[in-house]
Amino acid sequence: MKSVAEVLVVGAGIIGASCAAALAACGCRVRVLDAGLPGASAAGMGHLVVMDDDPAELTLSARSLALWRELVPQLPSAADYRNCGTLWLARDAAELDLIDAKRQRLDAQGVANQPLNAAATAAAEPALTTLAGSLEVPGDGLLYAPVVAAWLLQRSPLIEFQRARVTAVEGRRVRLDDGRWLTADAVVLAAGLQAASLCPDLPLVPKKGHLLITDRYPEQVRHQLVEIGYGASAHASSGASVAFNVQPRPTGQLLIGSSRQFERPDMAVEPAVVGQLLRRALDFLPGLTHTSLIRGWTGQRAASPDGLPLIGAHPDQPGLWLAVGHEGLGVTTAPATAEAIARGYSASLRRSTWNPSHRRVSRPRRGARYADPVYRWRTPGDPSRQPAHRRAGQERQSRRAPFGRR
Amino acid sequence: MPADVTLLTQTRVAAVLGSHQLLLEDAHGSRTLSFDTLILCTGARELLLPFPGWTLPGVTGAGGLQALIKGGVEVAAERLVVAGTGPLLLASAATARQAGARVALVAEQAARRALVEFGLQLWRWPNKLRQALTLATPRYSPGTWVEAALGSERLEAVRLRQGDRRWEVACDRLACGYGLVPNVELAQSLGCATLDGAVAVDDHQRTSQPHILAAGECTGIGGNELAQATGRIAGLVASDQLDAIAGVQTEARAWRRFAAQLARTFALNPAIARLAQPDTLVCRCEDVALGALVGHADWTQAKLRSRCGMGACQGRICGQATRMLLGWTPPAPRFPLQPTRIDSLLALTEDER
Repeated sequence: MKSVAEVLVVGAGIIGASCAAALAACGCRVRVLDAGLPGASAAGMGHLVVMDDDPAELTLSARSLALWRELVPQLPSAADYRNCGTLWLARDAAELDLIDAKRQRLDAQGVANQPLNAAATAAAEPALTTLAGSLEVPGDGLLYAPVVAAWLLQRSPLIEFQRARVTAVEGRRVRLDDGRWLTADAVVLAAGLQAASLCPDLPLVPKKGHLLITDRYPEQVRHQLVEIGYGASAHASSGASVAFNVQPRPTGQLLIGSSRQFERPDMAVEPAVVGQLLRRALDFLPGLTHTSLIRGWTGQRAASPDGLPLIGAHPDQPGLWLAVGHEGLGVTTAPATAEAIARGYSASLRRSTWNPSHRRVSRPRRGARYADPVYRWRTPGDPSRQPAHRRAGQERQSRRAPFGRR
Repeated sequence: MPADVTLLTQTRVAAVLGSHQLLLEDAHGSRTLSFDTLILCTGARELLLPFPGWTLPGVTGAGGLQALIKGGVEVAAERLVVAGTGPLLLASAATARQAGARVALVAEQAARRALVEFGLQLWRWPNKLRQALTLATPRYSPGTWVEAALGSERLEAVRLRQGDRRWEVACDRLACGYGLVPNVELAQSLGCATLDGAVAVDDHQRTSQPHILAAGECTGIGGNELAQATGRIAGLVASDQLDAIAGVQTEARAWRRFAAQLARTFALNPAIARLAQPDTLVCRCEDVALGALVGHADWTQAKLRSRCGMGACQGRICGQATRMLLGWTPPAPRFPLQPTRIDSLLALTEDER
């Protein structure tokens, strides 16, 4: 069958658009297919944040932040990029220990950071209640992902966009909902949670998130504010675990997150979760009491069992590449994901295994399969895949950049 | 007010908490309200359509100006142009005149022929005929619409259009409204079906949700008399007095014929939907111009890429405008229904710590 493009990308969210742009930059002719279904790119906060829960995640997000910063001068103003930095907040001595551990991991990766004591934290963000201290990561930022995704698709004449719903993916070909098959040299599956229905062996589950946004006010907050005890937040009867995470939008609005719920595949805004989010937000920013909320919404993160994305060649389907399972970090890690896909695809064309010294797309371990997905970006020399800082027996509760739909 | 009726004034429905529960907010705080049966009487709002200059200070809706005057805004000695469509224009002009404004012109977009035909039918509704005669003004100009509001800092004049003729009229205020749009957001949030932009009801005023009824202009624009009749029906049905509804239903049917006649008479000239230019703002909350909207596939895509409808009104104004200008389906309502204070929303969950 005749190829319609060298590469078909399924999904025009931030991951699909970034993959298309990276492949086009390598000279590939790309066709991007998107059904216009609600996705995480449109729902999320657009927080660009170096995450260090896991060494692979740290490598991926730090590399990605560097790539984002290279792109910044070219971004359109509607992308709303701001280098706001992240302030990780500690309420007590135990959380100061978490700050210290985080600082050490970031230092080891060469990510700039600055611990702030109680007074310095209050000076940096006067709207915060009295805290024990914080860690400032000045390189972090924010942007508005839907505009960036649309802009990435328009950057190259080698990218063609088609509004179409893909109903099946088989290696190098995809079937559209009108029954037609499209064939290419390769297919990149970047359809977020939809990928789970197109490729049922992918171990992706939805994690529901709520986001709220206030009306416009004079500047109250400068950094993205996240509590360091993010993963430790208690589960409530709603089944939602909630953590303080607030982002100042360039409009003067505040985005208030974040929540996490398993096995809630619906899109309904749950009043009980909204209440939980607001109580948490008031714990840190008591002045919010009299501000008005104008909208709340939800989104579904596509999460893998261990919280790490699946990036690379599908082990059983030649020609199919995966860029899925980014959970809440899709916007942050899109450029590095796209770089990995583009390099991997280019290397496959040279009939050699792409295996640069600092990272590789690995093959599944025998017997491991998808229960422990491993065909992904990972750091060599980390065979255990269990980061040392994670306490034994603790349920994995990755600290994900939060989420929601605008 | 009967003793067994509690009236909560200056109270808004902030959110739907469940099929039988609402969150209410007033100036002092919030409370939840549970119900077995609910009658929605959410009324209608004015349809505002963008045209060059419509965001200048001094430009309001036609019903908007009436509300402002009743709220105490001073218009004495101001030169006023009333424009748009529908009977509301005459009522608005009359209110303004009573408040001391000088009405330079009432520009009705509907064609003279349609208005004459409508006038000839009015004997069927004598009180409407009397109303029309009371409100009639020599300044009434059919087949006429405002093409642009002119001015630098605020409104100074309007450019009018009638057939091929264009002219300018100096004025201090323009009150321009294109009729009414049913308020269906609360009904939609409760899962009630809509039909042609209004809450869908049967001849008992029942919505698609068995325990929810709706009456008045949220079920379709029809004026005061139809609203009262449907309200009585809903009240009788909700209190199991079905024997008493037949007479009211007959009355309601008569007023529905009047409403249909109104809708035919004041149907919008398609030229009105072409007045906005690429640099004309469509979304006033987020300052999004028409040029940033055309070319998008639908409301959702346009909203995500341009922020249209993301502001405080949540697309209530621009959603209707894009329906008329671009044929898009207005957005489904989101939580909360209106901007709501954060302290009011804390009631949504108990403190579990």
